[in-house]
Amino acid sequence: MTRIFNSGLLKWGFIGLVFLYLYLPMAVLVTNSFNKSKYGHKWSGFSLKWYEELWDNDAMMQAFGHSLLIAALAATAATLIGTLMALAIHRYKFPLKNATSSLLFVLMMSPDIVLAITFLIIFIALGIQLGFWSLLIAHITFCLPFVVITVYAQMKSLDPNILEAAQDLGASEARIFRVIILPIMAPAVLAGWLLSFTLSLDDVIISSFVTGPGFEILPIRVFSMVKVGVSPEVNALATVLLVMSLTLVAVTTYLINKGKTLNDSE
Amino acid sequence: MTAFFANLNFRKLVITLTVSWLGIFVLLPHLMVVGTSFLTPDSDNFAIWPITLNNYRQVLSETYAGVFWDSLVLSGITTVIALLIGYPFAYLLSRMGKATRAILLFMMVIPFWTNSLIRIYAIKMLLGKKGIFNTVLVGSGIVDKPLQLLYTDFAVIFGLVYILLPFMVLPLMASFDKLDQSLIEAGKDLGANAFNRFRNIILPLTMPGVVAGCLIVFLPAMGMFYVADLLGGAKSLLLGNIIKNQFLVTRDWPFGSAFSVFLIVLMGALLWLYYKANQYVQKKGGMDDQNL
Amino acid sequence: MGSPSFLSLKQVTKRFESQAVLYEFDLNIEDGEFFTVLGPSGCGKTTVLRLIAGFESPDEGKILLDGQDITRLDAEKRPTNTVFQSYALFPHMTVFDNVAFGLKMSNVPKAEITERVKEALAVVQLADFEQRKPHQLSGGQKQRVAIARAIVNRPKVLLLDESLSALDYKLRKQMQYELKRIQRQLGITFIYVTHDQEEALSMSDRVLVMNNGQPQQVGTPREIYESPRNLFVARFIGEINVFDGVITEVLTDYKYRADIHGKQWELAADQRLEIGDKVHVLLRPEDLRIEYIEDAEGRDGLTGQVVESNYTGKTLDSIIQLDDGTRLMASEFFNEDDPDFSYKINQRVWVNWVHGWEHVIKADELA
Repeated sequence: MTRIFNSGLLKWGFIGLVFLYLYLPMAVLVTNSFNKSKYGHKWSGFSLKWYEELWDNDAMMQAFGHSLLIAALAATAATLIGTLMALAIHRYKFPLKNATSSLLFVLMMSPDIVLAITFLIIFIALGIQLGFWSLLIAHITFCLPFVVITVYAQMKSLDPNILEAAQDLGASEARIFRVIILPIMAPAVLAGWLLSFTLSLDDVIISSFVTGPGFEILPIRVFSMVKVGVSPEVNALATVLLVMSLTLVAVTTYLINKGKTLNDSE
Repeated sequence: MTAFFANLNFRKLVITLTVSWLGIFVLLPHLMVVGTSFLTPDSDNFAIWPITLNNYRQVLSETYAGVFWDSLVLSGITTVIALLIGYPFAYLLSRMGKATRAILLFMMVIPFWTNSLIRIYAIKMLLGKKGIFNTVLVGSGIVDKPLQLLYTDFAVIFGLVYILLPFMVLPLMASFDKLDQSLIEAGKDLGANAFNRFRNIILPLTMPGVVAGCLIVFLPAMGMFYVADLLGGAKSLLLGNIIKNQFLVTRDWPFGSAFSVFLIVLMGALLWLYYKANQYVQKKGGMDDQNL
Repeated sequence: MGSPSFLSLKQVTKRFESQAVLYEFDLNIEDGEFFTVLGPSGCGKTTVLRLIAGFESPDEGKILLDGQDITRLDAEKRPTNTVFQSYALFPHMTVFDNVAFGLKMSNVPKAEITERVKEALAVVQLADFEQRKPHQLSGGQKQRVAIARAIVNRPKVLLLDESLSALDYKLRKQMQYELKRIQRQLGITFIYVTHDQEEALSMSDRVLVMNNGQPQQVGTPREIYESPRNLFVARFIGEINVFDGVITEVLTDYKYRADIHGKQWELAADQRLEIGDKVHVLLRPEDLRIEYIEDAEGRDGLTGQVVESNYTGKTLDSIIQLDDGTRLMASEFFNEDDPDFSYKINQRVWVNWVHGWEHVIKADELA
């Protein structure tokens, strides 16, 4: 009996330690965002002043806004394009299909640093100025494979007879996509959006390479602030980001589940 | 009006979009990187003719070979640690009920919703002379004075594992899920104790997951320059730092490209290993491949 | 009395999520038997097997094997081996390594391993397949490797869990024959679990019929088929016709007169009955005698009409609705006397059976 008890203890103890590792740094950040003391070495009282300073830090807020904008736009575009790509791979026959899948695979597996310079090179070659557009295109691109995989997985489980029935009843390809495939795919599409948003917001390496002086984003701004020393506004920023993301996930999950029950009720 | 967008046009549109986007923003750039690695650097035009192998010679030269090697070691250690932590973690998670598992996975992903840079900053705070680690170590009497944890290889590895651990766990979990439970029972039935079951059945069959996890950790680790920038000392350079310098500071694009090509080759090698591991495991030995 | 059985489960109770799948379950199996546990899905038969193998532990009760109490013994230490329903061959090992696995785990010397593996593969007739990998084998071949992997360890008991259910009809029939042959050749006790009653009858020395975790009847295939103890067993094995009757007279020992469907019939039973006992009279479809009504003029019997008639190649199977509404199933063989007979729908016929072929059970035997 003690054998079983011990292994249960060991099991959860280990899992607990791993989560401690993952959460401790974040926990410290969040706690210190409310800490009056600048250095956060000990607690000197509750204060919201870092949030005020964050709000007043125009450069930081602008960078924050830029990153959110890019994330939202890139996620939306990537979801749209990625879903269409998944459609093409799943449903259509075309000569370069294998090449397409391989490219998506390479895109997903390539380390960020390699992608970063590929983007840099092509943008310079095409004469696209480094700034908003280069950043957007780059983010859309690296989110694509993840959207494709998420959506494709659900597409595969779609009963092909439904689509054939639609064709039999006279629906065009565009119609079929809009009225049948997309609604049924909604949970996967939404999941793909959320995943893209996360990846975009989290990105440091690619963004560092393809953004320009005119369009500052979060990682660049934060880097310049923390390289020199302690910057408590960053703590406040982190907390805000966390709360925002959790809310976003909650909303999206709610929508996904609602979509699922709609599908199940057939 | 919708008749205008007849079947054929929509289909063609989608296919064209797919192929051209990937062609322009993925295939072409990768080819260009490889091409650039053979060109000569130029301050105005980034890279010009003639073709040269100079860049590669430089990469393999003494000065850079050492840095290259150190970077490999740092990333290698990161991968091993991530594997040692991630493997049992993934195993435990895969044994749990669906609900518990979903919650734990979700909790593992939550930290990603702040920018990675901010998370590394958090670690910088943690490891500082007056950070929590040192406060606990000194306070409990384990050491007399605070340790120099920041700006060391230790800090870089700590940060890399921190960011990359979930990436190790995910493919491992997929591998464990594919593991047919009846194979473990068969092992028991044939007299294998826990250790033997692990060595002869579980480990070999989760090899693809292990290779995939290492792939997803090792390569990115080599490129995460910001971790080295914030947490590392002067000597803790990752390949990513070198590449970044060449592209953004020194502007020696061909040289930077050459390094990138090395990374791409490494990626190819690891992918080949993954392919081989899958071949070795070769699907289930059960009922699902009836016909030869 | 008699000597203790080779393998016994004594008062074993097993619960899953507070539901008792087996309750105070007893089972006795003799050395060298081909014993089959038969029952519908969910009756607990797989649980019985897993308890013997050691993959589950009983909540109460004991399991004894060859004089040893193995109730708390880990699966890897038990002298049993299992042939899994999904074969569970190790995909990354060759056929040879798969079969050798158990021997390796017991630290058998290499030379002996090679010898015994070759022996086992010869028994299942896969001698040339040593270097193949599971994904290169057909279903039947995988099955035989699974058997070889189990028997090579010379277990005291071999457990087979619906091992043939994934194979197509012809292959399954062939493998049934093979299994029986192997068992006779090796003399190992086989415990076979299946829901296919035809399979159970054709392969076994003895059969246990189970339902809802309760044993219904243990006996030889003939006993189960010809003398079912209750309605469940009667209905589960093959097809059965059931007549309800009441004993009206005791003629001699084990011979009675009963009122069935308003007529008086002489019955032979293998138990003591009294006047007034309600009984079920059981008859297999092949025990019924059907004749065209014109040919049976005046003779004692039941009358009705044919509502369905199916040609199966070997037999003509018919459903006959008696005048009082009861439906009967009849199965008649084609033979030299009557090679071409057939029935038209609604044709009127006369039904009887050969006296003594009926099987009588008391009506309050719960199924």
